Amino acid sequence: MRNIFLFIGRYFTFFIFLVFQVLALSFLFRYNKYHHAVGLGMTNELTGWMNSKYANVDNYFHLKQESDRIHRINDSLINLLQSNFLNPDTATKFVQDSIPYDTLGHRRRYLWRDAEVVSNSVNSERNYIQINRGSKQGVKDNMGVLNSDLSLVGIVVNTSDNFSQVMSLLHVKNNVNAIMKKSGNAGTISWDGKNPLFLTMTGVPKSDSVVRGDTVLTGTYSLSFPPLKMIGRVASIVKDNSSNFYTLRIQTAANFQNLQHVFVVENLQSVEQEKLDKETRKKIDELKKPAR
Amino acid sequence: MSDLLKNIIRFTFFILVQWFVLFKIPPLHRFIVPYIYYLFILWLPFYIPRFWLLVIGFLTGLSLDYFTQTPGLHAAACVLIAYIRPFIINILLPKDTSEFNYREPSPRTMGWTPYAVYVLILTLFHHSYMLLLEWLSFGDFITFAVKLIATTGISFLLIFTTELLFPRKMRYRTNTA
Repeated sequence: MRNIFLFIGRYFTFFIFLVFQVLALSFLFRYNKYHHAVGLGMTNELTGWMNSKYANVDNYFHLKQESDRIHRINDSLINLLQSNFLNPDTATKFVQDSIPYDTLGHRRRYLWRDAEVVSNSVNSERNYIQINRGSKQGVKDNMGVLNSDLSLVGIVVNTSDNFSQVMSLLHVKNNVNAIMKKSGNAGTISWDGKNPLFLTMTGVPKSDSVVRGDTVLTGTYSLSFPPLKMIGRVASIVKDNSSNFYTLRIQTAANFQNLQHVFVVENLQSVEQEKLDKETRKKIDELKKPAR
Repeated sequence: MSDLLKNIIRFTFFILVQWFVLFKIPPLHRFIVPYIYYLFILWLPFYIPRFWLLVIGFLTGLSLDYFTQTPGLHAAACVLIAYIRPFIINILLPKDTSEFNYREPSPRTMGWTPYAVYVLILTLFHHSYMLLLEWLSFGDFITFAVKLIATTGISFLLIFTTELLFPRKMRYRTNTA
């Protein structure tokens, strides 16, 4: 305490000087319009700067909720896309509806659900992704799974009540129909089980002029996932002179190492298509019988 | 005439001259604002305690501020030069001669060169601080510097004209007096 008094006594004049300066400046900033405005502007600038710094830090704590929200919104918007609907030829159907989309779901082909990845692996030969949606939420086998950029990730292979197991594209048994974006030639995507960054595509005829960087999309005939979604790009062409088909290394579009939010897409007409397919085979078989 | 009375008269005189003459004449140039009122602080006697020096400086600035309707502007600058004044005097004068032999700073008591340096330093401090407060930014630094130099020059001119026109009679104090 004594030292404090000594300190104050030693610098007494200086403190008085500061007091008068503060007094004068407070007069200056309080009673002069220009100085008042400029002073307020400067303090605003300062507090604004500090607030923005604080918000920068604070934002990190809300990133999770924010990304969840964006994912939900994406889900609802993706469901509105025209490409989810398979419109019959309206020229032959004289029904006018005031609603642009058939809300009863008669014509809706793809229904999207958002989901979160709860476990994931990339370093096994058979990689599975587990997501937090199951049969209670309407997830069934053979639905396609796409990441938040809408690049293909895998196909649902098993479901429990609240979780589903997804066979990742990084699975040696995986066999996905794909096409080259430029030419539309179809091929098959598989994985050799070695590098999680690259897939293998076979079945593209050598008449197609494939170059490095060509885009590979999902095929149009799949029952599991919508057509023309990104799978990857051609990273290199494997030399194979004995075959008439290319063997292509495809760099995956989805980053399998940090999957967090995904979409599960349901093809609402797949049941009908499968039924038709089955019945046709049966019919043809029956037709063939009498001939034998 | 006692020092107190003399300084009260000076105070009134300088403030009135500053406001009714120097601020009322048509502006010479946008860079030139004639200032002389703070000569009052420069002329205060040596023996005033530093605390009272600050109080007097504050009141001087504030009284001019109430004329110019800019509370705090001149007061801040005056407090600054009142605070710096003893340091400058200590540097310029050997402690045991003039300060004890004469009452207040003047060309005769300090000599022309030290007195000019004394005036110059305090003028520069006063003007630069006041300009800075007035604009609250250096703005274009060239403009700031030119205005500072021009204003300091005109103040310097005014102060030395005053010194020459009204030479103060400085009595040499001795122990016997």
